[in-house]
Amino acid sequence: MNTITSDTVKEWLEEVKDPEIPVLSLIDLGVITQIEIERDVVKIEMTPTFVGCPAMDFMKAEVIESIEKRGRKAEVEINFRDSWSSDKISEKGKIALKKFGLAPPPDSAKVFADLEILENAKCPRCDGTDTELRNPFGPTLCRSIHYCNSCQEAFEQFKPV
Amino acid sequence: MSDALKELIYKIADDQFILGHRNSEWTGFGPMLEEDIAFSSMAQDKIGHSFALYTMLRELGEQDPDTVAFTRNANQFHNCIFVELPNGEYDFSLVRHFLFDTAEALRFEMLLNSSYEPLALLAKKIRGELRYHTIHANTFLKKLGSGTEESISRLQKSLDYSLPYAMGMFEPSPYESELISEGIFGGEEKLREQWTKKLRK
Ligand SMILES: [Zn+2]
Repeated sequence: MNTITSDTVKEWLEEVKDPEIPVLSLIDLGVITQIEIERDVVKIEMTPTFVGCPAMDFMKAEVIESIEKRGRKAEVEINFRDSWSSDKISEKGKIALKKFGLAPPPDSAKVFADLEILENAKCPRCDGTDTELRNPFGPTLCRSIHYCNSCQEAFEQFKPV
Repeated sequence: MSDALKELIYKIADDQFILGHRNSEWTGFGPMLEEDIAFSSMAQDKIGHSFALYTMLRELGEQDPDTVAFTRNANQFHNCIFVELPNGEYDFSLVRHFLFDTAEALRFEMLLNSSYEPLALLAKKIRGELRYHTIHANTFLKKLGSGTEESISRLQKSLDYSLPYAMGMFEPSPYESELISEGIFGGEEKLREQWTKKLRK
């Protein structure tokens, strides 16, 4: 078998998407926190976006499948050693979110120093900030609901955490 | 240390597990769609948090999370009565959510420094999620607290009813001094003081 590195595995895992946001790979989402190769075993550590994320088992199974179909064994552990924050989403991921119509999360430290930022999320349609927070809880745990006064339409934001 | 630690984790997990289920009873019955969604989401978070804690207990030698959550008898639960109370009207659910999550946010803030590393790591994660619970509670309490005469008097009534029960959230563990001296948790007394201070603001 060819030797592989953690970069090889990263490339493989590009095909595994967030089941709730199919334009975002798990790598871009930032939930894969460690990749180690030991002989023919790929050891992966993952961490959930939200502790109660119902998609975690599904994502884990997809990761295992992606590795096993390439003839390697996979060991996946879910832990909080390097816990997820929305700041872990890659720049490429943020662009994909915006194209998908979801406002990407602003810098989480800034948000919690100044909650006003939540009140004026940037609309993914018009880039305006004349917006209101309608509800910190949206259709999934990772989204909040906002309203753009310029577009006069609601939009969702990937929550900064 | 193991018994003291387990007792603490059971207490926190059971409070979240039971309140999570109470929150979930609002699914489909909220006073407006957005509140329906909010209580359902918070239910999902809380049950998720309890699951992570039950998973931690399994690593300490307890049974698997589903067995622990669904097959114990009532007297084997470590939760306070406050979280068990039926939802009643929306005003009571909102007040309970406010009182409980204010305490919960402070509890996990304290647990960031726990000498038991898995708990400290989980606290760091849960703390961020709880911010949305407290933002939600504060927003709606303010809205109704400055609303009509009826909304104000209903809130006050629920608050008067809730406060004695809320004290049950801070019941000291039988292992309290051990928890404190081993640096696992700063203690219920300290938590209650911080909570009282926060409410006055
Ligand atoms: Zn807009």
